[in-house]
Amino acid sequence: MAIFGSLQEKLSHVFSKLTKRGRLTELEIKQAMREIRIALLEADVNVKVARDFITAVSEKAVGQKILESLSPAQQVIKIVNEELVALMGSTNQKLAVASNPPTVIMMCGLQGAGKTTLCGKLALLLKKQGKKPLLTACDIYRPAAINQLKVVAEKAGVEVFERGTQDPVKTAKQAVEHAKSYGFDTVIIDTAGRLHIDEALMEELERIVEKVNPTEILLTVDSMTGQDAVNVADTFNKRLEISGVVLTKLDGDTRGGATLSVKAVTGKPIKFCSVGEKLGDLEPFHPDRMASRILGMGDVLSLIEKAQEAVTEQEMKEMEKKLRSASFTLTDYLEQFRALKKMGNLGDLLQMVPGASKMGLSADNVDEKKMERAQAIILSMTQKERDNPLIIGSSRKKRIAAGSGTTVQDVNQLLKQYDQAKQMMKQMKNGRKFPFGRM
Amino acid sequence: MGFFSKIASALKKTKDSLASKLSALFRGGKFGEDFYDDLEEVLISSDISVTTAMEIIDDLKETVKEEKLREEEDVKSALKDILIGHLDRAEVYDFVSPAVLMIVGVNGVGKTTTIGKLAHYFTDRKQSVTVAAADTFRAAAADQLSVWGERAKVKVVKSSEGSDPSAVVFDAICSAKAKKTDVLIIDTAGRLHVKANLMEELKKMRRVITREYPEANVYTLIVLDATTGQNALSQVETFNEAVGLDGIVLTKLDGTAKGGFVISLCSEMEIPVLFVGTGEKMDDIAEFDSESFVEAIF
Repeated sequence: MAIFGSLQEKLSHVFSKLTKRGRLTELEIKQAMREIRIALLEADVNVKVARDFITAVSEKAVGQKILESLSPAQQVIKIVNEELVALMGSTNQKLAVASNPPTVIMMCGLQGAGKTTLCGKLALLLKKQGKKPLLTACDIYRPAAINQLKVVAEKAGVEVFERGTQDPVKTAKQAVEHAKSYGFDTVIIDTAGRLHIDEALMEELERIVEKVNPTEILLTVDSMTGQDAVNVADTFNKRLEISGVVLTKLDGDTRGGATLSVKAVTGKPIKFCSVGEKLGDLEPFHPDRMASRILGMGDVLSLIEKAQEAVTEQEMKEMEKKLRSASFTLTDYLEQFRALKKMGNLGDLLQMVPGASKMGLSADNVDEKKMERAQAIILSMTQKERDNPLIIGSSRKKRIAAGSGTTVQDVNQLLKQYDQAKQMMKQMKNGRKFPFGRM
Repeated sequence: MGFFSKIASALKKTKDSLASKLSALFRGGKFGEDFYDDLEEVLISSDISVTTAMEIIDDLKETVKEEKLREEEDVKSALKDILIGHLDRAEVYDFVSPAVLMIVGVNGVGKTTTIGKLAHYFTDRKQSVTVAAADTFRAAAADQLSVWGERAKVKVVKSSEGSDPSAVVFDAICSAKAKKTDVLIIDTAGRLHVKANLMEELKKMRRVITREYPEANVYTLIVLDATTGQNALSQVETFNEAVGLDGIVLTKLDGTAKGGFVISLCSEMEIPVLFVGTGEKMDDIAEFDSESFVEAIF
């Protein structure tokens, strides 16, 4: 179940029909466009946005029909891809930084969009970049919202500024003063979730904006939002002049048409997307990569970046040397598991691998627990056993199983996997490329 | 406020946009292809699925043709009947006590708030309620529920954050049995339906209920956010597969979202909508009624 899974499948279905033909008639293009329209609507792209999208693609498709040197189907895919990228905004947009610190970032959005969790994620991200963020609790309405922010802040290792249920406008103002006096360079304001038609609460936001003049006003949008996304985004934008959008809950099987709609309606960039439950699961939003993902081309760029973050070049070189000399031991196998784990959620990673969904690989059949079990098994071995697994007989297996809380079968299975991985390494040595061992 | 006026005022925004579009459409007086195309867009923009919208249009076309309908009012009421027909395919029922209501759903749809309102709804009808805070995952979820518990004056059974939710369910069942409460409401952690291990946790809770409280009637209700789009269908499908769903609570109907996906859910999966949430106050909950729902849209 990949992000945009269904749209992706539908489009490739449409295109697989097209690719079987050499030339396209106008009627065939019309048929394909109709199917793309349905796919978009089923992905919750707003009706009007979908209509405009189809019009734009159709015009280009008909206009470029003359280019018969290229495969026409490829041409249609290319146009759809380009238009998708154009619709979502062309490049990733970074957070603005105030010339006169602190930078003030205000979060807003409907109830349940995921603002409080997002505040924690953003704080952690900024902290990693060497910034000193201050979280500010301005949600005085939802029971226990302040507590939730405190727990999240503790996990992220950042401070919280709160004044109980005092007027949030005042709290925001004081937080900025506090940041100035105590050397915080960024203030993140968590506001209460509100309906965009709730006059009193929208006014409250306007007053906060007036008082603290935020550098960034980010609208948090649940990626599962349906047709109403345009109304919500439009109203927030008109009242507050938002500076960007953050998409949350992209780790579900949502088709995320809201992404397309929100951008089209507000014209404001999508700056981040939140892709998991862990605090580290916040990524810069890359429209081009997302478009590739929709079209089933995989998100190789993100995957490479993740790998680079997790494994240093030095480690890569050492691993490569080991592979070449075929001295790949269980210790190295363990290292691989750890490196993979550092890259994040396996299921999410798989979505970025081109063709993974076609091979039947998905978050459903990759069990992270299994990986942890495998690590536990290796950790229960002595150094000697790790260097030379051949000495592991049945009594050693029993001990290892007991030590790792697994069964002898599990140990056997791991050893078998290790053997297979080793085999594959040998093949690689003979010229085939394969980045990681099999799970 | 009676049921009708409440749902009507909650849907006022829905009404404004959808009704104005619809009446503009109907006022044209011509029921040709253009009319049906536009109607399809109106239906889809209320989050009715493409497939269901097409079905509705086909049904309407047929009715209009068979009964030779020409007047705006006749076509309108034919459309209403079709929509109500879809909603009524799922049958509404009453809870029989001792009842256990297990409340499930993805993150942020308003489960905890809904439980607060439900607790109040039952105590208002002179039924005793116990609430189990089995969302041990989200930071401060139990605190939030306790506040609602105080407001509704019901007992909340809770444990520390990160503890096993099934253990909380077990404790709550013991408490409910001892006090002979009519309704036990169980709050569960919001989970994206695609996370297999979290769905397993739900199944475990469900097993604990069956084992420890066999005399109870268990109803698993999914809470759906009206602002959600077609993903609601996938949520219902996955939760239904994992724990079996007996009903839907549709929340956040006080915004501009229409929650049209319930029409597809009722007709295709035959899972009834039991309650609608229409605001943040304790009595902002109402029993669902298909006629009023459709009536309020028009």
